[in-house]
Amino acid sequence: MKNDYKKIALDGAIRNNPTFKLVLGTCPTLALTTAAMNGIYMGIAVTFVLMCSNALVSILRRIIPKEVRIPAFVLIIATFVTIVRLVLDYFLPDLNDIMGLYLPLIVVNCIILARAESFASKNSLLPSIADGLFNGIGFTFALTLMGAVREILGRGEIFGTRLWNFTIDFFGTSAGAFFTYAVFIALFSLIIGMVKDKKIKAEKPELFDLNAEVK
Amino acid sequence: MGQFLAIVVSAVFINNFVVVQFLGICPFLGVSKDFKSALGMGIAVTFVMTITCLITYPIYTYLLVPLKIEFMEIIVFIFVIASIVQMIEMVLKKFSPTLYNAMGIYLPLITTNCAVLGVAELVIDETQMINLLGISSMNMGYAVLYGLFAGLGFTLAIVIMSGLREKVARLPINKHLRGFPIAMIAACFIAMAFYVF
Repeated sequence: MKNDYKKIALDGAIRNNPTFKLVLGTCPTLALTTAAMNGIYMGIAVTFVLMCSNALVSILRRIIPKEVRIPAFVLIIATFVTIVRLVLDYFLPDLNDIMGLYLPLIVVNCIILARAESFASKNSLLPSIADGLFNGIGFTFALTLMGAVREILGRGEIFGTRLWNFTIDFFGTSAGAFFTYAVFIALFSLIIGMVKDKKIKAEKPELFDLNAEVK
Repeated sequence: MGQFLAIVVSAVFINNFVVVQFLGICPFLGVSKDFKSALGMGIAVTFVMTITCLITYPIYTYLLVPLKIEFMEIIVFIFVIASIVQMIEMVLKKFSPTLYNAMGIYLPLITTNCAVLGVAELVIDETQMINLLGISSMNMGYAVLYGLFAGLGFTLAIVIMSGLREKVARLPINKHLRGFPIAMIAACFIAMAFYVF
């Protein structure tokens, strides 16, 4: 049982990281990563919606008929996004302005629909909530990391604190967003590949032994 | 006429949906591997975006606002979009099988395309539209025109992208850069080209 949750955590946050491995939910990733803090805000909003929608989809998975499941999922997600929007509008109106158009667009964020379809509609309540949480953490982590890099290089700041006066304006622009994202996906694939090689090497050293006889 | 040109230039070039506002990135990266499917996707999205504006703008202005239930907009809009897509699919299947064969496979993907929900949300934000287009007040004609030309902007970007990717696919590239990363670097150059405006 404990192993199950460990697998969910590793799969959601690292091995199948929604942003760097699966390249889902690209619109907010590119648009909001001009600063590290924006990544955290967006990440928390998405994580909340992801956990709630996964929970509700999991509870209703035997009731929703297969033919209308996608519209039903979208309706569930839209409901939670509306809740987030109303809460933010009331308590943190500034935040609502930062996220602007991208807050309602959480509805069509492919990560949430993908998790509802591929995990929550097949699993029980607790694992589904855990899956939502760890995918959300993976997404938040990715956005914050990209935001930090673009903020440091583009504005010479980190979380709003000035570091130095050296800036490369390119990283603050939309072209810089595409470029940073491309570099991150490539680096992620490189690092995961290296870790995998190391694991195989530890388990089956003969595969890497050049002097071993080829059978 | 000047107003019309302002909308065209703003929607297609200055505030291009894909490379400036980052809306509709998923199909932009997913369906841009060859020219023909990119063009089909672009036309299908333009079509749906125009009709969406035509329906959601009056629903918001004449139904949700007078009833004071503006907070329902997300749920209402996503349902309108899903029904429009479904209806277009059925109408095309019945009356124009050739067009259905050309556009059919892209239609289900459009429901979850953020460009469509994005344009519906954008045209009801009056202050932002006035800033974007330099008009005095928003009305339904502007909303529909903006939907049409934003869709054409999307088509332009995805068609340019497919041309680039057809060329890039033949180059020898490091395996970690192949696929999405190299497509995004191509998108990076397209975005730089749009700075001219």
